[in-house]
Amino acid sequence: MSYLKPQFKHPKLPKNKIGYTIKEYEGPLSTLCAGCGHDSISAAIVQACFEMSVEPHKVAKISGIGCSSKTPTYFLGNSHGFNSVHGRMPSVATGASMSNKDMVYFGVSGDGDSASIGMGQFVHVIRRNLNMVYIVMNNGCYGLTKGQDSATADQGSKSKAGSVNPFQAIDLASLAIELGAPFVAQSFSGDKQQLVPIIKAAMHHKGFAFINVISPCVTFNNNAGSTKSYDYVRQHIEATSTLDFVPEMPIITTKYDQGKSTKVALHDGSIIQLNKLATDWDPEDRVSVVNALQQARLKNEILTGLLYVNTEWNDLHGTLKTCKTPLNKLTEKDLCPGEEILEGINRNFR
Amino acid sequence: MSQSINDFIVRFANVNGTGSASANYLFAKAIFRMGIPVTPKNIFPSNIQGLPTWYEVRVSEKGYLGRREGIDLMVSVNPQSMAQDVKSVKSGGYFMYDSTKKLPETLVREDIHYLGVPMMEMSNQAFSDPRKRQLLKNIIYVGALAKLINLEIEEIEKLVGEQFEGKASLIEANHIALKLGMDFVEANFDFPLPFRLERKNLLKGKILIDGNTACGLGAVYGGATVMAWYPITPSTSVAEAFEHYCEEYRTDPETGEKKFAIIQAEDELAAMGMVIGSNWNGARAFTATSGPGVSLMNEFIGLAYFAEVPAVLVDVQRAGPSTGMPTRTQQPDLMLAAYASHGDTKHVLLLPSTPKECFEMTAQSFDLAERLQTPIMVMTDLDLGMNDHISEPFEWNDKRKYDRGKVLNAEELEHVGRFGRYLDVDGDGIPFRTYPGTHPTKGAFFTRGTSRDEYAAYTEDGAAYKRNMDRLMVKWKTAKKIVPSAKLYQKKNQSPYGILFFGTSTFSSEEAKDLLLQNDIVVDAIRIKAFPFGAEVLEFIKTHELVFVIEQNRDAQMRSMMMIEMETNPAKLIPVLNYDGMPITADAIKNQITIYLQQTKNLDHELSKTTV
Ligand SMILES: Cc1ncc(C[n+]2csc(CCOP(=O)(O)OP(=O)(O)O)c2C)c(N)n1
Ligand code: SF4
Ligand SMILES: [Mg+2]
Repeated sequence: MSYLKPQFKHPKLPKNKIGYTIKEYEGPLSTLCAGCGHDSISAAIVQACFEMSVEPHKVAKISGIGCSSKTPTYFLGNSHGFNSVHGRMPSVATGASMSNKDMVYFGVSGDGDSASIGMGQFVHVIRRNLNMVYIVMNNGCYGLTKGQDSATADQGSKSKAGSVNPFQAIDLASLAIELGAPFVAQSFSGDKQQLVPIIKAAMHHKGFAFINVISPCVTFNNNAGSTKSYDYVRQHIEATSTLDFVPEMPIITTKYDQGKSTKVALHDGSIIQLNKLATDWDPEDRVSVVNALQQARLKNEILTGLLYVNTEWNDLHGTLKTCKTPLNKLTEKDLCPGEEILEGINRNFR
Repeated sequence: MSQSINDFIVRFANVNGTGSASANYLFAKAIFRMGIPVTPKNIFPSNIQGLPTWYEVRVSEKGYLGRREGIDLMVSVNPQSMAQDVKSVKSGGYFMYDSTKKLPETLVREDIHYLGVPMMEMSNQAFSDPRKRQLLKNIIYVGALAKLINLEIEEIEKLVGEQFEGKASLIEANHIALKLGMDFVEANFDFPLPFRLERKNLLKGKILIDGNTACGLGAVYGGATVMAWYPITPSTSVAEAFEHYCEEYRTDPETGEKKFAIIQAEDELAAMGMVIGSNWNGARAFTATSGPGVSLMNEFIGLAYFAEVPAVLVDVQRAGPSTGMPTRTQQPDLMLAAYASHGDTKHVLLLPSTPKECFEMTAQSFDLAERLQTPIMVMTDLDLGMNDHISEPFEWNDKRKYDRGKVLNAEELEHVGRFGRYLDVDGDGIPFRTYPGTHPTKGAFFTRGTSRDEYAAYTEDGAAYKRNMDRLMVKWKTAKKIVPSAKLYQKKNQSPYGILFFGTSTFSSEEAKDLLLQNDIVVDAIRIKAFPFGAEVLEFIKTHELVFVIEQNRDAQMRSMMMIEMETNPAKLIPVLNYDGMPITADAIKNQITIYLQQTKNLDHELSKTTV
């Protein structure tokens, strides 16, 4: 069951540019375990959407199956949501986006949902560069089916039951970069400071934006020996940058040293300002990013921040040259060639 | 051999990938242009180049468009299959072959006539380009045939002119090849043969087209904007046709902007996911596939059924199970489609039997899918999809509006009070839906494959789950009333026996009905066009002592569906089956029915003996 939250009117709550308070971006009360990392990510999505002043109903939330995939019920209660089938969120999101290019698409998935059953669709949605935000709430286990290891569990990581994972982990962020995803970020559910601007930047990025968020499962994967527990992640996290998302063209006043600060201009003129913490890493250079990720792995570090961004690549609508009007708004007049043309077609077959 | 006009079968034996297809098509189309009913069928291997392929053309002035056994004339240009091809000619028939090489002694039969035409040799002498030699060799036999069976050379030349418009040298070369064939016959054989053609002009207005092209075009007219698919024989040309007509009629000539999106998905699961996502978001979307694809799509089809999202799927059936005979025809996916996915599910099927119905039913399937908010499957097959058929021309009325079903817009949402996505407000089992992005504060809901209450809130309350499942059955009853109803062939029953058929068994069943009548066996007939079955189907079964259910699969699947869905006595439903991968023939139907009646009804022995 999900419970409707009592809707108090808070006259003093701040409003965003389109006059909404953060309440309008919330959803019913979560039924996930208390302390579940996934809930913190939902809260970050709410915050990001509020700060971005998007109309809540212009967002569609689509997910697969899992605890993570349940979260779209608990944020953006005024948006349509679609909890589809296990591992197939990318295809449903692709279809939805084809219908209406004028909405923001949030895809929410889990590590089981994306790295195992849905790996094929994950790979192909990147290949097509669908314009969407794709968030994996990565807890290294199958939460909903009670804690089995997932394909992102680190080799040697210990489950709550005490068994040690013998297999290599699939690193979704590295894979996404390798596949050419034009926006790849990594973060931690406990780091709202970092996560909110990443989500905002992802929403503005035209094209596929992937965010791999380490999100501890307090019930099945938060024990000593697990590499996805709160304690482990806090101790091993290494940020590449702090970042700021500026929706409009700012006056360029940088207080950071040259070489430490990077600005990335997005399609609509908004700017991501990155303050680099890691040296020898360039967010617009794939090779450099892959290198940094490999280095971090060798050191047992989890590299977070906006890892890679590329604004050049055509999104799927661009590739398919779909018309400006969303396809779901076209009518008989636009779509049906009519009687006379049909008569001509008949003639070709006589 | 006795003389006959416009009633015979010619079979061409070729090697896959040698350009024979266009020569053979030329032959069939020229007969069509003479106004004589003609049915060409491709019999091809699952291979791109090198294996034997056949093209069988039945000519029937009476308009019997099904397949028939017995080959009157074999045109053999494939040494690989020659032994088999000689055997398949009926006694007294003709065997045309390339006599550039001597015919092996072992292939000489006493009871058939041989027509040796040195096609390769003539072609090599006349043309220097090796590719041309190969292609025009095929045209030489068309020329020879023209002389032998009175195929009008003017029609062939006109077709060649249309095909190669603007390429004068190719037209010229084709004319030379045709003449070579004709001259050779004139100099060496008696002509015309005892069976031959005579212009009849019986086909006024009709068209010659394959079902897949018709489905693709139907989707364009039906307003589909998104197509997602994964290549599989025999469905691929549905996607190709959709794309072709969209490029032509839905692309802005100035900007190049397209009013459609076609995605070749990574597999059929993804294709169906895309179709469901698009429909959920208010576009008309569809996929085309065959049995293996439908198997993969099962989980998603169940989601669309339970979450009540429209979807259209064209299943061009082929012989299963598994990869089966991928280039042979059957109707083997009926049960798979009708009850696709786990849990209690039932799906609407449409059963076209002609290209015109492929066009109409595909267009209509989008109205039905949106009206019923459920998947609709258009069940064609390889025979209908990939072979050319004579069809009534396609029709469209410019006043026709798409039925977008029960969808609330922002304005309407303001006035409905509390919106219940799964609330049956008018008793037809169909609730109202909203598209994402419609209204800032009203009408948003969560679509899911889990159980939910009338307001789309997740619930595990058994009573709410059951209410929902029962409402889906109310919707199923509504579906019965709006799907195309069956066609009855008689106003009043004439016989205690009935035949029931659908899809590509139609032409042969109609012919079998006439053949039975020639043996004084009268049968009534009904053709079903959709599942669920309307009241008229039950009525037909009830009012006959026996009903022969004619279908093209081993397990009599349609018969099983009738037993499941209707209160009928299974003993009354007699299966008449064909499942060797070739289209069913009238003779096979007639024989199975006759034998059954002989054995159980003691029909006059003298009479039936001739028909067995
Ligand atoms: C086809 C199918 N197979 C198996 C399941 C069972 N199942 C539900 S959730 C899940 C794993 C979810 O793991 P993940 O995506 O990591 O989500 P989490 O619960 O960890 O957030 C599985 C295997 C299913 N729903 N569907
Ligand atoms: S089982 Fe784990 S992942 Fe699922 S809700 Fe509980 S804490 Fe979160
Ligand atoms: Mg998980």
